Amino acid sequence: MSKFFSDTRLKRQHLLDLAFLNITRFFAFLVFAILAGIVITLLIGSLPAIKTFGLKFLVSSEWNPVTDQFGALVPIAGTLATSFIALLIGIPVSFGIALFITEMSPRWLKRPLGIAVELLAGIPSIIYGMWGLFVFAPAFANVEPWLTEHLGNAALIGPLFQGPPMGIGMLTAGLILAIMVIPFIASVMRDVFEIVPPLLKESAYGLGATTWEVVWHVVLPYTKIGVVGAIMLGLGRALGETMAVTFVIGNAHELSASLLMPGNSISSALANEFTEAVGPLYTSALIELGLILFLITFIVLSLSKLLLIQLAKREGKQS
Amino acid sequence: MNDAVITNPKIILKDLNFHYGLFHALKSVNLSIPEKKVTAFIGPSGCGKSTLLRTFNRMYELYPKQVATGEIILDGENILDAQQDLNRLRAKVGMVFQKPTPFPMSIFDNITFGVKLYESLNKRDMADRVEWALRKAALWNEVKDKLKQNGNSLSGGQQQRLCIARAIAVRPEEVLLDEPASALDPISTAHIEELIHELKKDYTIIIVTHNMQQAARVSDYTAYMYLGELIEFGNTDMIFTTPKKTATEDYITGKFG
Repeated sequence: MSKFFSDTRLKRQHLLDLAFLNITRFFAFLVFAILAGIVITLLIGSLPAIKTFGLKFLVSSEWNPVTDQFGALVPIAGTLATSFIALLIGIPVSFGIALFITEMSPRWLKRPLGIAVELLAGIPSIIYGMWGLFVFAPAFANVEPWLTEHLGNAALIGPLFQGPPMGIGMLTAGLILAIMVIPFIASVMRDVFEIVPPLLKESAYGLGATTWEVVWHVVLPYTKIGVVGAIMLGLGRALGETMAVTFVIGNAHELSASLLMPGNSISSALANEFTEAVGPLYTSALIELGLILFLITFIVLSLSKLLLIQLAKREGKQS
Repeated sequence: MNDAVITNPKIILKDLNFHYGLFHALKSVNLSIPEKKVTAFIGPSGCGKSTLLRTFNRMYELYPKQVATGEIILDGENILDAQQDLNRLRAKVGMVFQKPTPFPMSIFDNITFGVKLYESLNKRDMADRVEWALRKAALWNEVKDKLKQNGNSLSGGQQQRLCIARAIAVRPEEVLLDEPASALDPISTAHIEELIHELKKDYTIIIVTHNMQQAARVSDYTAYMYLGELIEFGNTDMIFTTPKKTATEDYITGKFG
């Protein structure tokens, strides 16, 4: 037995290393290629619509396949409004769930709760959609008159809650989305809260801080990257969710200030209309909708990065 | 067992027992801790010295199934009493841990964190308090120009002094040190030990250490613990030169432990 590896064996290991490096690099660069491919495809597909409507596409609420007039304002507003509602409700609820599981729950309850949250995340979106249409929307139709009565005349937000109580509409879609994003946000938040070193929390408790003060001033800043990531994951799902939203949003190309009215979202419009789109301009307008959704996601991600940079600045330089 | 005569006890333990679930971690500990002195707890791993330290601010209560029974009298009040306000107790008893634990915020905010929980100081007074605490912790000269920087940007030894400054900024009466130098290099350790010497003028200090030389250097009184029992307590010089119990002597001289 030689103490050293033979030359051929060394050579083979060297080659394997090189192959491994190149394979992993190939996979990594594949991400760039796919991204570029999708953007280019979307751009080419939407060129006719961009040429015809220009920037007016973004601000026009007219969507008329008969006259070939297309504007994206209704679906853009619908996507943003439903996602906003989803996060408005989803973030605090998820925060509460994650907080209870990590900081306050008795140990025997931690696992069942965690598993339940993860199971909720695994339910296919069509199930949420059907449940939303057949169970939630009819029930919610009974709540809507109450909303109109109590909030409909409020300053500023009043107009949001006026309208016929149909059960389906933007608010319903937002609420269903909230239920769908909560397990995503809550489970990631729980994971990041769990990595906070116990000593760090004990230091804050040791100064006499309450659980809330420890969480707000120490746990959240320590986990901010993960928490923002969790919210982005939820927002990503809310922005792109198609099936569940299509079931309950009403799919009407009408602009209304009321959240109780039916509306449309980008992904719902695509799902509903792609098969029946006749004529190159109609198809192209739909593809441009897809491009806009892509841009919205990109902008939201950039904003979250900027937010993190701002937060880091407030904490002082790291070195 | 309790040989030293403590004339001015700050804390008196009476028949203190501690359980982790079914495990009996502290067995009927009786002890008086003198005011404005350094008391060291020494003993092999698992002897209960850290557990004992964590009863003084009831830190153990963060975790389920940890129970202390008996009495811990601090300034005449039994802190194990259910009516004792935990946050007030912890404001009175500062704690520093095995590893530096700066909060993810600026050096300045690290110090003000605890102060803000109890006092609403104006800007001027708060800045004064921060300077005072950092001076006390012998850190002021090193950080006075970078108070806005993140606490994590400091070296390990500086971070630990920041944690000490943070603990004394709320003006506690006693300071608990749980192996405060175990993660530090020798120079930083020397800094911390000097600091302990300075701090005992104003505070009652209790230090847990696995380093016997450190206990001999910094403390006035030493308690030797083994398997949850207080074996011997007395003047540090006496414990290290003429211990009364052979068990203590065996541990001190390195025959065991």
